[in-house]
Amino acid sequence: MIRRFCVAVMSMLLLAAPLAAQPPQGQSEFVPVNGLPESEKLPAAPLLVVAYAVFLVLMIFYVWTVWRRLNKVEADMRALEQRTVKGGR
Amino acid sequence: MKKLFGPLAVLAAVLFAVAPFLIANAPYESTMLLIQKIFYFHVPSWIGMYCGLAVAAVASVWYLFKGSKAADRYAVSAAELIVVFGLNGLISGPLWARKAWGVWWQWDVKLTSALLLWLMFVAYLLVRKYGGPGSEKLAAAVAIFGAAVSPFVYVSVNIWRTMHPKTSVVPDIIKNPQGMAAPLLVSMAAFVVLFILLLNLRVALAERQDALDELYLALED
Amino acid sequence: MFVRTALLILRKDFAIEIKTLEIVMTTLFFAVACVLVFSFAFVREGQAPPDAAPAILWIAVAFSGTLALGRTFERERYAETLRALLLAPSPRPALYIGKLLGIVVLLALDELILVPLIAFLFGAPMFGRPLLLAAFLACGTVAFAAVGTLFAAMLMRSRTRDVLLPILLYPITVPVIICGVRGTAALLASPPDEPTATMWLAILFAMDVVFVTLALWTFEPLMSE
Repeated sequence: MIRRFCVAVMSMLLLAAPLAAQPPQGQSEFVPVNGLPESEKLPAAPLLVVAYAVFLVLMIFYVWTVWRRLNKVEADMRALEQRTVKGGR
Repeated sequence: MKKLFGPLAVLAAVLFAVAPFLIANAPYESTMLLIQKIFYFHVPSWIGMYCGLAVAAVASVWYLFKGSKAADRYAVSAAELIVVFGLNGLISGPLWARKAWGVWWQWDVKLTSALLLWLMFVAYLLVRKYGGPGSEKLAAAVAIFGAAVSPFVYVSVNIWRTMHPKTSVVPDIIKNPQGMAAPLLVSMAAFVVLFILLLNLRVALAERQDALDELYLALED
Repeated sequence: MFVRTALLILRKDFAIEIKTLEIVMTTLFFAVACVLVFSFAFVREGQAPPDAAPAILWIAVAFSGTLALGRTFERERYAETLRALLLAPSPRPALYIGKLLGIVVLLALDELILVPLIAFLFGAPMFGRPLLLAAFLACGTVAFAAVGTLFAAMLMRSRTRDVLLPILLYPITVPVIICGVRGTAALLASPPDEPTATMWLAILFAMDVVFVTLALWTFEPLMSE
């Protein structure tokens, strides 16, 4: 009961996060970075690092899922072979 | 194909080891400075996705009309890679856009048409997983239609967007190399090799799964 | 033989439908309900945003089309008639064309009611260029139905057919929606922007050709076990 309540509260807080992170008004044209007011200048490095990190994470995750499925198939095959051996062939 | 695993993995590792150094040493683009360096992994992601599209479309046609199970394995592997590489492009794109344009998403023609293609292949995977018996053929049809409609998607979204003209943001890097060609080409090569490697890996998994299914069927007889 | 088969299937569907008018009535009122929901969502202080009318028209067509496809093939599945049709010695693509014509006629009936309704609710000058509008609706409906009939027929044997059909259909028919909405919006502008509209119509027609050709080509291998 308490656990469900905590899960509900956590999910509501997580949902509120993107709502709070609204971007400012987009610009309709290309403005060179020097021409922007100070408040608009985002630090580029975190975004860059996140982009490359996401790539790494995605690739590792995908390879891991393939590896996991491969292990499962191999285990099933071994179990099947054991069954045929035991079943007396 | 399995014999290529080792050499391909080594090649991919080498390319991905070299690429960051080249990227770090590449000159800054004049208006976007540091954030533009996402470009070196963003564009090759799309190249990887379109390689996957070509493989999936051709393999689907082959499976549908020749009944080749091997082609079906290549189709599903390519579809998974389309989703993975596409996801990478769809995440790095908005991260770049947030800094360069100020908004996360702007219905840019390339991102939008790529998003639609990505959705179509997510649908492909959903059909294969939840479609029940005979879903491989339906999924093959989805892949064929998806590939056939992508030029129309690009054209219609392009005209749809330019009705309200916005300046194009992707710099003409190919026209003015200024030392950006080398890191881009190396990154592209790295992604293509990675694509081939992952495709082979996934096809090997599909082959094992099919072998297991056949064993089950043989057992039931 | 081909045309005869297709027309026979159309007549069969028509004969079944005319008795109860079940699918016609339900999809029609679903489309009207769609229009109402969108009206309440978009209209603010009595004013709809510009270009709301063509957008709502095409969304209503897309949604009721999906419903019509599901219901039509559900009827086939229930009576197992499609399997009987497949066993008959008729050319398979003719079956496809027959079902396609049925869906197009059904959606055309819906549009006959939707267009005046939207013109009425939004004060949109829908009848400024009636022929071009009819051409848009015809081409768009054929494109949507061409993909939808193929996928709905394939999904008939699947357990999750209700939810998979929209998942498959909507991404593939997005360019149809774009061309339809932008083209209709060009026609509704004052004065009607005919060059733009004809450009969108040309793209839509090209899509018709590609979709119907692909569907005819893949129907045979898809429907055989």
